[in-house]
Amino acid sequence: MDEHRSCDNAQYGARSGYTVVLMDWQAFWLTIRLAVSVTAILLVIGLPLAYWIAFSHWRWKFLVEALVGLPIVLPPTVLGLYVLIALGQRSPIGRLWQSLTGQPLVFTFTGLVIGSVLYSLPFAVQPLAASFTSVDSRLLAASAVLGVSKHRTFWRVILPLSVSGLVTATALTFAHTMGEFGVVLMVGGNIPGATRTLSIDIYDQVQNLNYAGANTTALVLVVIAFALLSVVYSFNRSLWRVLPRA
Amino acid sequence: MVTSTDNLVESAPSTAEGVEVRIRKRQSEAFDLDLACQLGRGITIIFGASGAGKTTLLDCIAGLTSPDSGRVVVAGRTLFDSDRGINLPVQARRIGYVFQDLALFPHLSVEENVGYGLSGLDPRERSHRARTALDSLGILSLIQRRPAQLSGGERQRVALARALVTEPSILLLDEPLAALDLPVRMKIAEDLRRSIQDLPIPALYVTHSRDEVFVLGERMIVIEGGKLIAQGTPHEVLSAPRGETVAQLAGFENIFDAQVSSVHEERGTMTCRIGSARFEASQVEIETPLVNASVGTQLRVGISAGDVLLATSAPVGLSARNIFAGKLVSLWQRDMIVVAQVDCGVEMFVHLTLAARDSLQLQPGREVWLIVKTHSCHLLAV
Repeated sequence: MDEHRSCDNAQYGARSGYTVVLMDWQAFWLTIRLAVSVTAILLVIGLPLAYWIAFSHWRWKFLVEALVGLPIVLPPTVLGLYVLIALGQRSPIGRLWQSLTGQPLVFTFTGLVIGSVLYSLPFAVQPLAASFTSVDSRLLAASAVLGVSKHRTFWRVILPLSVSGLVTATALTFAHTMGEFGVVLMVGGNIPGATRTLSIDIYDQVQNLNYAGANTTALVLVVIAFALLSVVYSFNRSLWRVLPRA
Repeated sequence: MVTSTDNLVESAPSTAEGVEVRIRKRQSEAFDLDLACQLGRGITIIFGASGAGKTTLLDCIAGLTSPDSGRVVVAGRTLFDSDRGINLPVQARRIGYVFQDLALFPHLSVEENVGYGLSGLDPRERSHRARTALDSLGILSLIQRRPAQLSGGERQRVALARALVTEPSILLLDEPLAALDLPVRMKIAEDLRRSIQDLPIPALYVTHSRDEVFVLGERMIVIEGGKLIAQGTPHEVLSAPRGETVAQLAGFENIFDAQVSSVHEERGTMTCRIGSARFEASQVEIETPLVNASVGTQLRVGISAGDVLLATSAPVGLSARNIFAGKLVSLWQRDMIVVAQVDCGVEMFVHLTLAARDSLQLQPGREVWLIVKTHSCHLLAV
């Protein structure tokens, strides 16, 4: 196996003139930076949005829920296309951004963050909303009766009892952002140091017949994803053991 | 039935420390909560079957749900008034509420649970108040524990401490002992009564357990199908002239005043002289299970009409210790049950099957014997 691949590398890598790189560290750190930014932004947006979804009695709430869930079922290229159009040089958003910063939004890291936030939104909001909903409503009533405001109740009761949802949301958002491809390609393109993430890098390497590099990069993504999911599942399990519902 | 207005006037509290409730709330096509009452300080039992509207009543007072119309005034403060458009938010009502499942915060320690409602105070003052409240209920040693590490009785006391520490103007308790086993429940009910009976605020205690009524109650109201159907002392309400629903709710068709006349500790029994309102000076004595009482103690004895046997000749060779000779006064049928009213020195009601009535050829005036097992006599505190 190894022999076969190195043979390939020697052959095709050399023939295409592509420098054989096993790991593109620039793409790695860019991906981490993207995942951290998107996760942080999504926690800030996701907490109030999930709270609203969990506790609002608005009759058209289901439409908002469906909208938030869209990225799960849409092909990333569809989402990417619309984000591209919405942020592009001809859109009001794109023009406003350009006039403010002198930079375009599309094919930049910022544009990538915006696209990724939309793409990973359900992975943050849904676990949070689900765990907010599962907090016993009598605890919320008890808090209100004791004179504590809804805002304070959120920080003192709802969020501490939703730690598993918070961990799930964080890990899933992070892992999902690390692994995205379609939206990144549509909105960011493939600019080293600005928008080339690991998944794009893998695609590139395969295009260049650098299978060893693609394999190493892919393995890194698998390991990270597996580690994150392990954290989620182990944490959920131990949490329920430590804190049985009284 | 004791819905009489004199009773209402008699117990009418000064509104400065009492509670006045007049609410109407449509729950479903078939069910309206519609009642008015005025209650003073001390414990008032709110008694009724499941689904009678008891919890909804408490939730309306607490503001967790809003009545369609009416008025709720606690300690002279209007919490809700549909005519004047007043509906104070829950947070502003100063309510102490002990929920059915207690609703302790599972992620907080006992101290944090009790101090939870004092978030406006600085931490040292909060801790001091929480500790004082826990100390007064004798559970200061539990301060670092989580609710999951407490026994049912301890949890119950923590919930009470949490409700009282905020100095509420009314205390609402929704079947706080429902989750406990009966023996523990009676002990804790007694503790609970001692903790809350001297509070300067009204305490509304919802239950459908007749045992709790007698341990806790000074006053009670009975709710059925969303309506207030009786009001008064537990004795008045439960021994009221055959308020059938009340009697059924209470589970005892026969309730007697009783006085312990002798105690047989070695046999685990006592003998009590019983009487009822109509047969003041009866000489009827009944053997009951032993409780912690001495000769001369006033008690009440409850006997379910279904637990009494009726014989048409003097029974011999029975294990049952209580056999009363009497005369059948009247008989009537209710659904598939025949109710026999027997005068045996006290008035006693017996439930029979239709077949038993027919095969015994029972007629009013017939001489009968009533048989009651010792352990069918339930002792109720006065």
